[in-house]
Amino acid sequence: MCAVILPPRDPAPSRLTYRMQRLWLTPLFRLAVLRGLPLAAVLAIPALWFSDADRRAEVAGQIADIRRQVETRPEFMVKLMAIEGATDLVAEDIREVLPLDFPVSSFDLDLQQMRRTAEALDAVEAAELRVRPGGVLELKVVERVPAVVWRGAAGLELLDAQGNRVAPIETRSLRADLPLIAGEGAQRAVPEALALVAAAAPIEERLRGLVRVGERRWDVVLDRNQRILLPGQDAVAALERVIALDGVTDMLGRDIAVVDLRNPGRPTVRLAPDAVEEFRKIRRSGAGATNG
Amino acid sequence: MTDLYQAQRAMRRMRKQAMDRGVIAILDVGSSKIACLVLRFDGIRPVGGVEQIGALAGQSRFRVIGAATTRSRGVRFGEIHGMHEAERAIRTAVQAAQKMAQVRVDHVIASFSGAEPRSYGLDGQVELADSMATEADIARVLSACEMPDIGPGREVLHAQPVNFALDHRSGLVDPRGQTGNRLACDMHLLSVDAGAIQNLVQCVKRCDLELAGLASSAYAAGLSALVEDEQELGAACIDMGGGATGLSIFIKKHMIYADSVRMGGEHVTSDISKGLHVPISTAERIKTLHGGVVATGVDDREMIDLGGDSGDYERDTRRISRTELIGIMRPRVEEILEEVRTRLDVAGFDHLPSRQIVLTGAGSQIPGLDGLAARILGQQVRFGRPLRIQGLPQSATGPGFAASVGLCLFAAHPQDEWWDFDIPAERYPARSLKRAVRWFKENW
Repeated sequence: MCAVILPPRDPAPSRLTYRMQRLWLTPLFRLAVLRGLPLAAVLAIPALWFSDADRRAEVAGQIADIRRQVETRPEFMVKLMAIEGATDLVAEDIREVLPLDFPVSSFDLDLQQMRRTAEALDAVEAAELRVRPGGVLELKVVERVPAVVWRGAAGLELLDAQGNRVAPIETRSLRADLPLIAGEGAQRAVPEALALVAAAAPIEERLRGLVRVGERRWDVVLDRNQRILLPGQDAVAALERVIALDGVTDMLGRDIAVVDLRNPGRPTVRLAPDAVEEFRKIRRSGAGATNG
Repeated sequence: MTDLYQAQRAMRRMRKQAMDRGVIAILDVGSSKIACLVLRFDGIRPVGGVEQIGALAGQSRFRVIGAATTRSRGVRFGEIHGMHEAERAIRTAVQAAQKMAQVRVDHVIASFSGAEPRSYGLDGQVELADSMATEADIARVLSACEMPDIGPGREVLHAQPVNFALDHRSGLVDPRGQTGNRLACDMHLLSVDAGAIQNLVQCVKRCDLELAGLASSAYAAGLSALVEDEQELGAACIDMGGGATGLSIFIKKHMIYADSVRMGGEHVTSDISKGLHVPISTAERIKTLHGGVVATGVDDREMIDLGGDSGDYERDTRRISRTELIGIMRPRVEEILEEVRTRLDVAGFDHLPSRQIVLTGAGSQIPGLDGLAARILGQQVRFGRPLRIQGLPQSATGPGFAASVGLCLFAAHPQDEWWDFDIPAERYPARSLKRAVRWFKENW
């Protein structure tokens, strides 16, 4: 029997083991290894795979393909456009500005943009678009209602109650039912003009139109070339005053060229040139009779 | 002196840091084993924000979360004499304790038993500037203690104020805020061999640890093995370790004397080994299993197999009676106790009101030691086991861990030492910026 002499085992950890264990017991390091490393590995694999441009393009192509397949399913296709609330003329205009090549996928329709395009038309006040089930693109249109005829620099045009352009017009007689306004800046004061027209209802048959003067006040033009010069402020009240005078004294029926109300404190009447002569003659003869 | 002051203050700062982090390790570097305990301090703040001794003397604030013991290497007589071996042993203990605690430890409080501790009693007195004693006055009176000549190559390990006297009233624990004219203090200074401390510091540093405190293991054992009234009335704690036997005398809850006898259980083992011609490991086993110091008639009939694997049948089947073993052990144990007796006599232990002697340390487990010690040291002898602290494993509750447990208490609630107080301004060198700063601080 031979005694085998073994070197005594050293239970002490080596410096490296000791340091590694201490490092491992450091909370931050531990967290980084246990959570950070797997996370980094999981993120790195797809990142490496995608670092190739061809693969990226291939995947993008596949995604686009699937997307197209879904979009072009018959459930999503739009086959026709129905326009409601528009006259034939306007409907034709709308079809012209919205060139759609039916059938088209509803994903390709930019309803917001189409709505803006339709509302950009003069005759359209508001448009409402929706894709109805059954593949119908429904377009509800509210047209502008012409309220006045505006004689501007470019010719005759129809304006609505807010002064927006509706459509050009060939001749005045086509819309003889609407009042006529003229003058520079008249289209920007249409509401006031309409109020004046409404106030002038008692002399409606004599009214020829309204003329904007100096972009601040209105002249009411009657037949026989009579004018009522209204102030910039409280024009309606001034006009009502003139109409009231007319009602009592038939003022407008006399040979007067201009009723000037520009200064409300001092209304002035200008007679027609012939009437002035006539008036003088009457004054003279009247004076002669009494004196002579 | 200022170097020591700075070093000790740095260690106190380390301890504070460790407390803030909540984890600190204690390391008892003994001659036969190295024990490492990892303590976790819960965030329990003392009531009123003032650290004071509560119902459990501050022990309720921590629990042991890791404990490891390893056979010591490179340590003799409680001093490190083989740096690399000792470093590896410390590493083993620290790593195992860390593994059990599952937490990384950076700060460690260490104790050792050797390095020839010497006690000095110092006193100093100052006139109070105004009639009330303040913390600055305590610092002044501590600085006024005359430094004894501790000899070259020695370092101060503990410098604890033991007693304060204000005019004619002595025995004050905390004179702050009390009125008087003259403040006097007694200080206990324990000096040890500087080389031993250097070696230990170096070993701890090589293990990537920061030293947060140093204590004499005799002091630590006294903290844990003496009960409160023994500490109050006067008692000696005798920590019988492997390579050195430490003794510390306590009165009024302060250590007033500490010393160490450079003999311990390993000498008993080596006596057995030499006397019986057996290897050290066999001698250690025989001592542990069959050892004793008082022989009776039955011991003649109790035969012990020595064993061995030399191949020689006669040699491997030797048997001795227990009486023979006791005959080898007793003279050495007597020698140790006689030496302790001499040191106690030198210290004036006879003059204490209560001459209680508490035997602790692994060497105190020899059966019959209390009778022998009573004959040599005095009548009032008892065995001391360390206090029970939370989370301490069963294997570490024996008397051999008195110093380790005492270090835990020391870590949780250290005694005020001289370096816990700021140096008064006049002790700084003249033309020092610090002195100017301190002067401004004190006067505004």
